Amino acid sequence: MALIELHSIKKQYSSGDDVVEALRGVDISIEAGEFITIMGQSGSGKSTLLSVLGGMNHPTSGDVEMAGVKLYQLPGEKLADFRAQNLGFVFQSFHLISYLTAIENVMLPLAIVRMTSVAKRSAARTALERVGLGTKLDRLPNQLSGGEQERVAIARAIVNNPHILLADEPTGNLDSRTSEEVMALFRELNDAGQTVVMVTHNPDNGRYADRTITLKDGLVL
Amino acid sequence: MKLHTISINNLKRRKAKMAFLTVGLTVGIATIVTLVTLTRSMSGDIERKMDEFGANILVTPQSNGLSMNYGGISLGGVTFDQREIREDDLAKIKTITNHKNISAIAPKVLGGIKVAGHDVLLVGVDFDSELKMKQWWKIFGDAPKGDHEVLLGSDASKVLNASFGENITIKGETFKVAGVLDQTGSQDDALVFASLPKAQKLLGKEGRITLAEVAALCSGCPIGDMVTQIAEKLPDAKVSAIQQVVEGRLKALDQFKRFSYAMAGVVVFIGSLIVFVTMMGSVNERTVEIGVFRAIGFRKSHIMRIILLEAALVSLLAGLLGYAVGMGGAKLALPFMAESKNAHLVWDTTVAFGSIGLALLLGLLASLYPALHASKMDPTEALRAL
Repeated sequence: MALIELHSIKKQYSSGDDVVEALRGVDISIEAGEFITIMGQSGSGKSTLLSVLGGMNHPTSGDVEMAGVKLYQLPGEKLADFRAQNLGFVFQSFHLISYLTAIENVMLPLAIVRMTSVAKRSAARTALERVGLGTKLDRLPNQLSGGEQERVAIARAIVNNPHILLADEPTGNLDSRTSEEVMALFRELNDAGQTVVMVTHNPDNGRYADRTITLKDGLVL
Repeated sequence: MKLHTISINNLKRRKAKMAFLTVGLTVGIATIVTLVTLTRSMSGDIERKMDEFGANILVTPQSNGLSMNYGGISLGGVTFDQREIREDDLAKIKTITNHKNISAIAPKVLGGIKVAGHDVLLVGVDFDSELKMKQWWKIFGDAPKGDHEVLLGSDASKVLNASFGENITIKGETFKVAGVLDQTGSQDDALVFASLPKAQKLLGKEGRITLAEVAALCSGCPIGDMVTQIAEKLPDAKVSAIQQVVEGRLKALDQFKRFSYAMAGVVVFIGSLIVFVTMMGSVNERTVEIGVFRAIGFRKSHIMRIILLEAALVSLLAGLLGYAVGMGGAKLALPFMAESKNAHLVWDTTVAFGSIGLALLLGLLASLYPALHASKMDPTEALRAL
């Protein structure tokens, strides 16, 4: 059985009297350990698909099944717990917390986990070393370059050993050289067994992925 | 890394905003502390003055008569079976159960005499206790020291055409006018005061008195009980509490208290608004941050805890600062507000803990809606904002 299965996902947004169909019946299956890029033009539904995949956006209809769990049938705050335990997010603008140091930012997902402070710090340090920032633990975000901030964001996403790493345009704000480095890092993580689903509009990033899913007008081509 | 690390680091980062919030709440708490402390201190001061200096029990001879006097205009009266109080009996007042609450007894003998062709009322008093009781008297000249010195009311001085340092003659005896009272607006203005023994002799009432005023400390004792106790010791006297004086002063105090609490209420409301607006602004500024928290798996309760912990820390600081500033303000304002210069500032642990508790309560209540609002933010909104 696939790690992630999306069945007939539809998502509509209402805007006044207009109804916008962001996703119009998407069926996707992703195996554990795959590196998937989702591509498409602006407005094709890429980001909506990622948010539905990430358990943050209830689809209008259809099911999302992840590791045998139907996400949108989880009661109350169980969906938040599921995100905390199984998913890692990397956002386009990194969205590091400006008043926390690099290691504190990485420890953020562990703030709600029962672990000793020493264990949390050790896990965060390991994650930062994996992305090559072992020497910049106590830097604040504004003391890091764009590429370094992206690495901290990736470290934050992998610190809780998620089943799936979701990334939304992670190279969108980086120069080409830094983009290459970041994509190589994603590849490296995937080689180590991490499932990666990445939304990108850059066709060059496709070469790092095992498979590319292309969306157009809310449908998979 | 725990949730409180996020709250504390956020407070450290947003120093200006948090300082504004702290100052807003501090001013509110300080105002309340100042008003409450001032009210309490002034109450204590007025009560003390009232207890020490104002007569609040009147001892008069028992009679079966009805006074026909209203607003200082006397139409005479019907009095029969008039009894008198013996001066020696006054010593019994000091044997009542609540004798420690008696601060002064001022006996008086009254009688009409002729001075320089004018009918005047001569009042024999014990000047020591009289002056202690009537602190508001302002004397031009000196208080009488011997039996041949008198004190004139301001109107009496004009009518008798005698100022301090001059002599007047009463029943063939010469008396020096030691002092003249400044206008009091009371019946004292028309009186001639002499020493009690001399007046008794001049009026032919040796060993007897007409009335006695008693000043009792009433904060620790019910004045009614003392009236009963004195009445038991002096069965031939009529003992009554001057309720008007007590109640009038207490009413004035009560009005000030109510004004203070109304002011405090307004300040509390404004303080709450400041906290609410600042916390709401802070939450709105942090939309993306809160969205990220939610995206990485923070529960709604986690978000609420972060926001409320920030509010609690700021409120606690504001409570402590507010108490300190408020007490400082009360200390500075008390000399200008209190009647006496040596009024004591009331240091009360209830006010200390109350102000900190109130700050916490206000801060948390005013932050409850912003915290709820933050916790209900949709993480998708954060993603859309990217």
